[in-house]
This record gives sequence, C-alpha cells and structure tokens, in this order.
Amino acid sequence: MTETTYVQAIRAGIWEEMERDPNVFVMGEDIAEYGGAFKVTAGMLERFGEKRVVDTPLSESAIVGAGTGAAINGLRPVLEMQFADFMACGFDQITNFAAKCRYRWGQQIPMVIRAPAGGNIHGGPFHSQNVEMPYVHTPGLKVVQPATAYDAKGLLKASIRDNDPVIFLEHKYLYRSVKERLPAGDYTVPLGKAKVRREGNDLSIVAYGWMVHTALDAAAQLAAEGIDMEVLDLRTLAPLDREAVLATVRKTNKVIFLHEDTLTGGLGGELAGIVGEHAFEYLDGPMVRIAAPDTPVPFSETLEKAFLPTVDEVIEQARNLHRY
Amino acid sequence: MGALAAALPATEIDLDLARTLLYHMVMMRELEDRIETKLYRQGKVLGGCYTGRGQEAISVGSAILSQPGDWLTPSHRDMGALLIRGIAPKEILAQYMGRAGGLTRGRDGNMHMGCAKRHCVPIISSIGASVPVAGGLALAMKYRGESNVVFNYFGDGATSRGDWHEGLNMAAVMDLPIVYLCNNNQYAYSTPLDRQMNIDDVVERAPGYGLPAEIVSGNDVLAVFKATRRALEHVRGGNGPYLIECKTFRMSGHSAHDRAEYVPGMLREEWSRKDPVLMLQKYMVDREWATEQDFKQIRKGVLDEIDNAVEWALAQPFPDPSTLEDDVYETAPSGGRLRSAP
Ligand SMILES: Cc1ncc(C[n+]2csc(CCOP(=O)(O)OP(=O)(O)O)c2C)c(N)n1
Repeated sequence: MTETTYVQAIRAGIWEEMERDPNVFVMGEDIAEYGGAFKVTAGMLERFGEKRVVDTPLSESAIVGAGTGAAINGLRPVLEMQFADFMACGFDQITNFAAKCRYRWGQQIPMVIRAPAGGNIHGGPFHSQNVEMPYVHTPGLKVVQPATAYDAKGLLKASIRDNDPVIFLEHKYLYRSVKERLPAGDYTVPLGKAKVRREGNDLSIVAYGWMVHTALDAAAQLAAEGIDMEVLDLRTLAPLDREAVLATVRKTNKVIFLHEDTLTGGLGGELAGIVGEHAFEYLDGPMVRIAAPDTPVPFSETLEKAFLPTVDEVIEQARNLHRY
Repeated sequence: MGALAAALPATEIDLDLARTLLYHMVMMRELEDRIETKLYRQGKVLGGCYTGRGQEAISVGSAILSQPGDWLTPSHRDMGALLIRGIAPKEILAQYMGRAGGLTRGRDGNMHMGCAKRHCVPIISSIGASVPVAGGLALAMKYRGESNVVFNYFGDGATSRGDWHEGLNMAAVMDLPIVYLCNNNQYAYSTPLDRQMNIDDVVERAPGYGLPAEIVSGNDVLAVFKATRRALEHVRGGNGPYLIECKTFRMSGHSAHDRAEYVPGMLREEWSRKDPVLMLQKYMVDREWATEQDFKQIRKGVLDEIDNAVEWALAQPFPDPSTLEDDVYETAPSGGRLRSAP
C-alpha cells in the first residue's frame, strides 16, 4: 500500500465526494483543464465534465458569490481560491452574506472554500499568509486546517457534507511534505474536534496546521531531556473545541499556544482568554504564546526563517515554562 | 389576488393583467406609505426605512412574469416583487417591526427580507453583492438543465461596485440565465448620476461584457412588462444574460430620515407627472377597462387589507431573547452558549 500525500488526500476527498453526490461540484480559477495551481483538481474535468468542474474568470468575489447562490439553489459547491491571500477579494461575500444566511433567513449554505495558506515556500507577502482570524471572528463560518494527510481527506469530506460554510485552509508547505497510508474505504473526520497528537504530562502545546509538526518535532527532542510535552492539534479553528483545550491544560497545568499566524489578534490570544476564564486555577505557570511577529510575510529566505516560529524556539520556551 | 398562483402565468396585456399590475403597485405604494409616514413616525418601525415610491412599475412589471421555479433578488426599492411572489403584507409588516413572525424573525430589519420557499433572496446590504449571487442561482439552474431564470434587481449606484462587474462578466462568459433589472433612479443616496458614472446610461456598460441591453421607461409598467418579456425570451432560450435599464426617479429620500434637499425641485416635479400608478390608470381609462370608481375600490380594498395586516403584525410577539444564539450553525457548537462565563 502506497503512501498518500496531503495534496493527494485532498484531491481524493473531493473526488470521492463528487462520485458520491451529484450536487457536489468544484469551481475556481484554472481548475478544469489545467487542474489548478497546485493540481488538486487534476483529472476531474475528464471524469466529471465541464458542468461539475467549472473554470471561472479571475473574480474571487464572483466565485464566492456564485458559490453561495448555487448553494442556496440546492448545490454543494467546493470553491478553490488560488491562494488564501486572495480570499480577501471575496471577503464581503463570505462574511456579509454567506456566513449570515442561516441566521438571517434560515437558509443553509453548504459550501466549502478551499484556500492554500501558509508560508515556508518562499511565497512572499502575497502568497504565504495565514488568513484564518478574520474568518474565525465571523459567526456562521467554520474554519478548518488539517495537519496530516489523513485529516486533510477526512476533514474535507466532512466539510463537503456539512451544511454550513466552511473555510478549508490547506497548508501549502504540507501539500507534498507529509504523507501517510490512508484507509481504503470512506471515512470522515468530524469538524469541531481537536486531537491529541502526543500524550504528555509536563506541559501542553496547542497548535494547528504545519505548526503541529513543529510542536511534534520539539516534543521529540524535549523527551530526550526528560520533558514530556502533550501536543494538541486543534484541526478546527471555528467553532473551537474548547473542551479539548481545557482538558489538556487541566491535565498538565502549563500551556503554550503556537501558531504560524502573526501574534496580535492571533488565535493564541483567544485560547488564552478561554483558559484564563475557565482553567485559571489549574495553571502552574504563565500561558505562553509563540507566533510570527506582527509583520507581513517576508520573501527572502533569511527573513522568512526569522519570521516563522521554529522548533528551537518551541524547545526553548518549553524548557523555560517547564522550569517555572 | 396577491398570491403567486393568481398572478401566473401572465403573458398578454389585457384587462386582467392590468388589474393585477395595478393591485400590486397600489399595494406597494400604500404599504410603504403606511410604514414610512405612520408606523415609522409612531416609532413602531425602528431602524432604516426605504421605499420604492415612484418606482413601483419596475418590480411589479417584471416580477409578474416570473415562474414559480425562477429566483428573484429584489433590491430595497422592489417590494412589489415580494408581493407578487406571495409574501403577504402582514409578513412584511412584522418584518419591519422586528417581530418573531417577520420573515427574518427579528434577525434583520426593514426591506432586508426574503424567503427561500418563495425564491426571494433577501437583500444583501452590501450593494452590488447580489449580482454574483444571482450568477450562482442561475448556475444551479443550468446545472440541472432547468429553463428557470434569475431576476436580479439593483440600482444605478450598484453598477459602480466591483461585484457588479465581476458578476456580469462571469454570467456573460458562462451564458447564465439572468435578467438584470437596473432601476436607474438617478441618485444613489445623495450622489447624482453624473458623479456616479462618466456615461449617460447604464446600458453603455453592457457591450463591455458582451451582453444585450435595452433602456425602458421604468415608470411605464407595461413597457417594463414588454421589455422583461423580450429579455425572458432571450434568456430562457439559453442565450445568456440580458440587461434592462429602467429610467425612473426616486420620489422619496434615500430613506425615511433623508429629506433629499439635494434633489432640485424641478426634477421632482417633472417626475411627479409620470407617476406609474396614474400612468397605468390612464391607460386603463383610455381603453374603457376601468373607471375612477374602480380605482377607488381597489385602493379601498388595499387599505383594508393593510389595516388588518398592521393589526396582526402589532399583535405578534417580539423574538425571545433566549433565541439570540440559535441558528448561527446547523448544530450549536459544543459548550452550549457561545458566550463564556467564569
Ligand atoms: C457596499 C455598500 N456601500 C454603501 C452602502 C450604503 N448605501 C445603501 S443604499 C446606497 C445607495 C444605493 O444606490 P443605488 O444602487 O443607485 O440604489 P437606490 O438606493 O438608488 O435604489 C448606499 C450608498 C451599502 N449598503 N453598501
């Protein structure tokens, strides 16, 4: 049995859902014959035809608006943003319309917006951003970011079957850098449920996306020093699995929040708020946030390396917190 | 009258059609008048209050041609479309009053209402945003091989938004079944047309996207009807979208708070002589289809209906505050109430 990469897993997830449900279709820029900028939809045109693999003009707002309209009229669109950064061009459609339909008029919007996000690929200020927070802050949206190939497929399939709009953030660096053996049959991974990736007793680290791997690498090295770090992968950023966050804090009594997104207004602050309100008395040390600095994502290798949180940084902070 | 079934199918201009059109135009005029000049001033309607006074012919003359499977995205000047789709005055009033029995159950106000069952998308307040959404509704029709169409309504100001251009372009590229109905009432809030666009007519934008367009008198309901019929022939025939620019004038402020002092008096006076209700009545009298007495009766019937509807709406409860956090998602996130407490 061969291993499946994260990007192949996403492709397989869409493919299987399109086989399963004739109302599922994909739409975006350069996705039909070309197969998409990251080749996620390669081969789908041949299998499913033009009607279900829809190339659009370069119009993010119209893509999202049309996806929403199609969802209102009974379809289950899976939209591709060429890069998550350009989802900003459809921001109004997403946040002012799609997200509010159920609340305003009881209209469900079963729509997935797939968006390749994240850095470490020399993408620079327009092709590397982590754009989750404006969407996390929008009631009515679900925001998902898988860290593994298994989750990429399972969460995407669950997102396509979900009856609320889902922002599905795919990490570009993970596309081809992680792979694993996937089960042959149909499976989904539930939205809104975090997963403990590594059990530990001394302290916890909460992360998502690529940073889960950074956390796991750090935990492996810390183990050699006798520091036992629990790694919690959030998987869904909205709605948050608060119980899982609180459970790990109550277990280890020390917590680091790690994200690739910039610090101010990042998810770490929200997580700290939840822990401060609900598990303050369990804390044996200060909550620690590790995030990118508040700058645009720089291009040059030296700058981008300095920008992104590193395994060494996590190790150092974990040691400090453990000693506290 | 008032129900969708009663209005459909309308194709020929005859006495029945004229009466139906007149009824809906008078209902829209009187209902909005009641809301703006009475209920709003009495504080029974809060928030914004937009009317389509003087523009009734546009929504009525076009929506009357809609089939049950069609979708409509009315603008804030198009109450007539909602009425024709069978949305009752009492539902509209309860909506304006923020009652639980209103179309959005108090979640949204004023003309920001719609109804999935009756295929009316509620106004997307971001002006112009309905244009791409209309594209998606139409795309789903094409996807299933239906012959339905979308009636997408907007004002002249909307045509300055990027969404309008993205939406038109995409629909034209994809040959989507949409009739675009622009109410060019010459103002967007306080901004006159010549500060909105450097062209005289909205239709001049259409060739840039390769779609047919025509100008019609938006105060002549029969002209709107005929133009819509032409557009539908094109669109239902699978030939892609079609734009109708309805020349009209906003005979009110932008909303109830706005006295529109920026509008030259002459202009308003000129357009008051083209009142769409009076124009239709004159047409009917000229053909001896009706008399002043008939019109009085129609108006009286409408006013009675509105009285009853107001009474019903005022008796509706306000939404229960405990429902505040319902319906954000299909299933409420675990942890119960979204607000945290120590
Ligand atoms: C994107 C956006 N900007 C501003 C507003 C505030 N606004 C509401 S209606 C309106 C004028 C709209 O003009 P037009 O499209 O011509 O429609 P009309 O009101 O004249 O029918 C404005 C500026 C808005 N709702 N949305």
